[in-house]
Amino acid sequence: MANHDTAPVLDIQNLSVKFRMYDKGLRQSELQVISDINLNIKAGEIVAVAGSSGSGKSLLAHAVLGILPKNAMVSGSMKYCGTELTPAVQADLRGRDIALVPQSVSYLDPLKKVGPQVQGLYGTKEQQSQVFNRFELAEETAEKYPFQLSGGMARRILVSTAVISNAKLIIADEPTPGLNPEIAETTMKIFRDLADEGKAVMLITHDIDLAFLFADRIAVFYAGTTVEIAPVADFIRGGDALRHPYSRALWNALPQNGFKPIAGGQPYAGNLQGGCPYAARCSHCSTECTTAKTIKMQTVRGGEVRCCHAT
Amino acid sequence: MLLEAKNISYRYQNGPWILKDVTLSVGEGERVGLVGPSGYGKSTLSKILAGYIKPAAGEVLLDGKELPAEGYSPIQLIYQHPEKAINPLWRMKDILHEGWVPDQCTLNAMGIEQGWLERWPAELSGGEMQRFCIARVLGPQTRFLIADEMSTMLDVITQAQIWELMIRIVEERCMGLIVVTHNEALAQKVCTRIISLPELNKL
Ligand SMILES: Nc1ncnc2c1ncn2[C@@H]1O[C@H](COP(=O)(O)OP(=O)(O)OP(=O)(O)O)[C@@H](O)[C@H]1O
Ligand SMILES: Nc1ncnc2c1ncn2[C@@H]1O[C@H](COP(=O)(O)OP(=O)(O)O)[C@@H](O)[C@H]1O
Ligand code: SF4
Ligand SMILES: [Mg+2]
Ligand SMILES: [Mg+2]
Repeated sequence: MANHDTAPVLDIQNLSVKFRMYDKGLRQSELQVISDINLNIKAGEIVAVAGSSGSGKSLLAHAVLGILPKNAMVSGSMKYCGTELTPAVQADLRGRDIALVPQSVSYLDPLKKVGPQVQGLYGTKEQQSQVFNRFELAEETAEKYPFQLSGGMARRILVSTAVISNAKLIIADEPTPGLNPEIAETTMKIFRDLADEGKAVMLITHDIDLAFLFADRIAVFYAGTTVEIAPVADFIRGGDALRHPYSRALWNALPQNGFKPIAGGQPYAGNLQGGCPYAARCSHCSTECTTAKTIKMQTVRGGEVRCCHAT
Repeated sequence: MLLEAKNISYRYQNGPWILKDVTLSVGEGERVGLVGPSGYGKSTLSKILAGYIKPAAGEVLLDGKELPAEGYSPIQLIYQHPEKAINPLWRMKDILHEGWVPDQCTLNAMGIEQGWLERWPAELSGGEMQRFCIARVLGPQTRFLIADEMSTMLDVITQAQIWELMIRIVEERCMGLIVVTHNEALAQKVCTRIISLPELNKL
């Protein structure tokens, strides 16, 4: 599977993203939405990105593709197969070598039939028919406009576009909501096949139980950063196999594992003031957790975790 | 109160029939799961029940009467895609206040931050936008809520929180709830009854 001799397909180091915001009265302020992310994806690998909604998953995807809004400021390093992703390189690779399956179905061109949209610049009609077949989309679907599709159909169209692109790095931002379990599984199998063919896949998803079945590693996001990156086997076992209290809380909240929410919410990006962002909701919180300026990712039991008290 | 769909049939323009003679009823205090494959017609039926589109045949009745044509509808729909349910040119606070002005308590329970109210929709994540779409339909006049894949955009902890809150609200106010979902485990936890649309549909 993963080829360790060559550079990872995607290698992100110390990535941070801030937005320049204008308050009422045009006072300028900065909002840090991603801080200190280190993450790599090798050829043959699916890395699932899960975690709190609003934690920066889509922004990470947009940063890699170079499609953040103009008021965003990016620092750190992102490399594709060893090459630094500068705006010029991103523009060149986008859609051809790096493909995005966007989270929002409104990315489809409303004025264009979906068949030609899926074929894109590099695909053929045959390829499009093949993917539609795999996704159980009727042949006539190609002749429809996006507004004529159900939510789940639109989602499958978005995924088809990336499958056809032949890209080496596929970033799928929530590809499965709105799909019945069978089709959601088919979709995941297609990503698995693409990875097994040597592509690298970043799979952003809230359907973590599906990720358990198909991903190699899972990166858990909270408040703009990774709190744990670990092999999928640890997430399947849950409980003590996991390293971060938030990862365990996610596991316990699955409907099949108790459906138990923890109280409170993710802190607002504008209110983050150093220390552990999870402290307010954590039962293991100590003074060290709140006074530390930053908490770094450290390796524990073969996985990485951002927690003072991880064992 | 009773929400009834009687012999509903529907097709888009001259397309194939999607719904044929669909009849169902939901009473107050009921939480009904509506399941079926992707593209089958669940969202279409949801929109018909909420009065967004008119059926080709059949009728939707609330306590035996037709739905009021204007004003705040007692049947509210939470849409599958929040980005399609809101006006991108409005600030979040105007979107939120369109139907009613939710109290601070509701906003806290939904995890809506004060700082988000001044923003444009494009400046929020999908999950954050969906919380606004949920809060804005919880007005005191709402009698029936239709949640079309409402929580797929949220992380599982927020899902569990929001469902806990929804169940509390519908129980307190004795509302009816229709839940469209593909998540069987979720339907089992949330619903008092589950109906399969393909079994109702006389196609
Ligand atoms: N253009 C923007 N200006 C200011 N803040 C933004 C902007 N876009 C996103 N944000 C904020 O950045 C944070 C991360 O957003 P992002 O869309 O990456 O979340 P996400 O992890 O993908 O969430 P979800 O699971 O809900 O899709 C959120 O708090 C959001 O409000
Ligand atoms: N505006 C539209 N025009 C034409 N066909 C549509 C439109 N909206 C939905 N459809 C079709 O109606 C069927 C049911 O869609 P929908 O109710 O959204 O399904 P779901 O059960 O996934 O919610 C699908 O085949 C879809 O292509
Ligand atoms: S650093 Fe402290 S507060 Fe944060 S998760 Fe670990 S134990 Fe909890
Ligand atoms: Mg997102
Ligand atoms: Mg639907």
